Amino acid sequence: MNRMILKFLSRSENEPFARNAVAAFALPLNPSLSELSDVKTAVSEAVTNCIVHGYRGTEGWITLECTVEGSFLHIMISDGGRGIEDVERALMPFYTTLPDEERTGMGFTIMQTFMTNFSVQSRVGEGTTVRMSMDFGARAEANAQ
Amino acid sequence: MQMQCYRQGASLYVYLDGELDEHTVAEVRARTDLLIDEHASASRAVFNLANVRFMDSTGIGYLIGRYKRLQRYGIGMFLENPNAGADKILSLSGVYTLMPKI
Repeated sequence: MNRMILKFLSRSENEPFARNAVAAFALPLNPSLSELSDVKTAVSEAVTNCIVHGYRGTEGWITLECTVEGSFLHIMISDGGRGIEDVERALMPFYTTLPDEERTGMGFTIMQTFMTNFSVQSRVGEGTTVRMSMDFGARAEANAQ
Repeated sequence: MQMQCYRQGASLYVYLDGELDEHTVAEVRARTDLLIDEHASASRAVFNLANVRFMDSTGIGYLIGRYKRLQRYGIGMFLENPNAGADKILSLSGVYTLMPKI
């Protein structure tokens, strides 16, 4: 079972680093271009949330953990930031706490739509953890049928 | 993120080149808004996304923001040639109803 853990500061310049690192780590699973694009987008959304919401106006650590299990890539992205008061509401499409900043409220919806599995845990004042998985075997199975 | 533009008659063409995310958006937003203000007399603006190699919901926010600014001048906004990844989130977010793909 292959595994990696990265820890980086909540600076926007680390966004391309994070999504490209995950894409490179996923390569042995033989992903299609569109699967890779979906994973990169989902990772980018999660890291943006850590920077924009979790550590708003401050700097802190973001931990990115990836595990390969069979045809699955499991991704965990967590911050030690302010946390989400109402997770259920945060998951609603187009809901944003920052409408004045051209935020779309689409981040969680994109993660949910693009990934095979998705969950989020948060505690106010302690931080947020997003877990999501992509099954790179799903497409191969669909093709075979 | 690179941006090029040219004006042809009443049409303003904007070519974006690079990755559109939280890291790049502030600068390209400011540059695009200057451009829009300069070309307030245009009747339509076409954003070519062929060279946008990556875009997340921050990019969607950028496009909707520019749409609103263009609307103040009565300028219609259109999108051209998004790659498959960009097309997927553009469709998911419903922005094509505001700015049709041509």
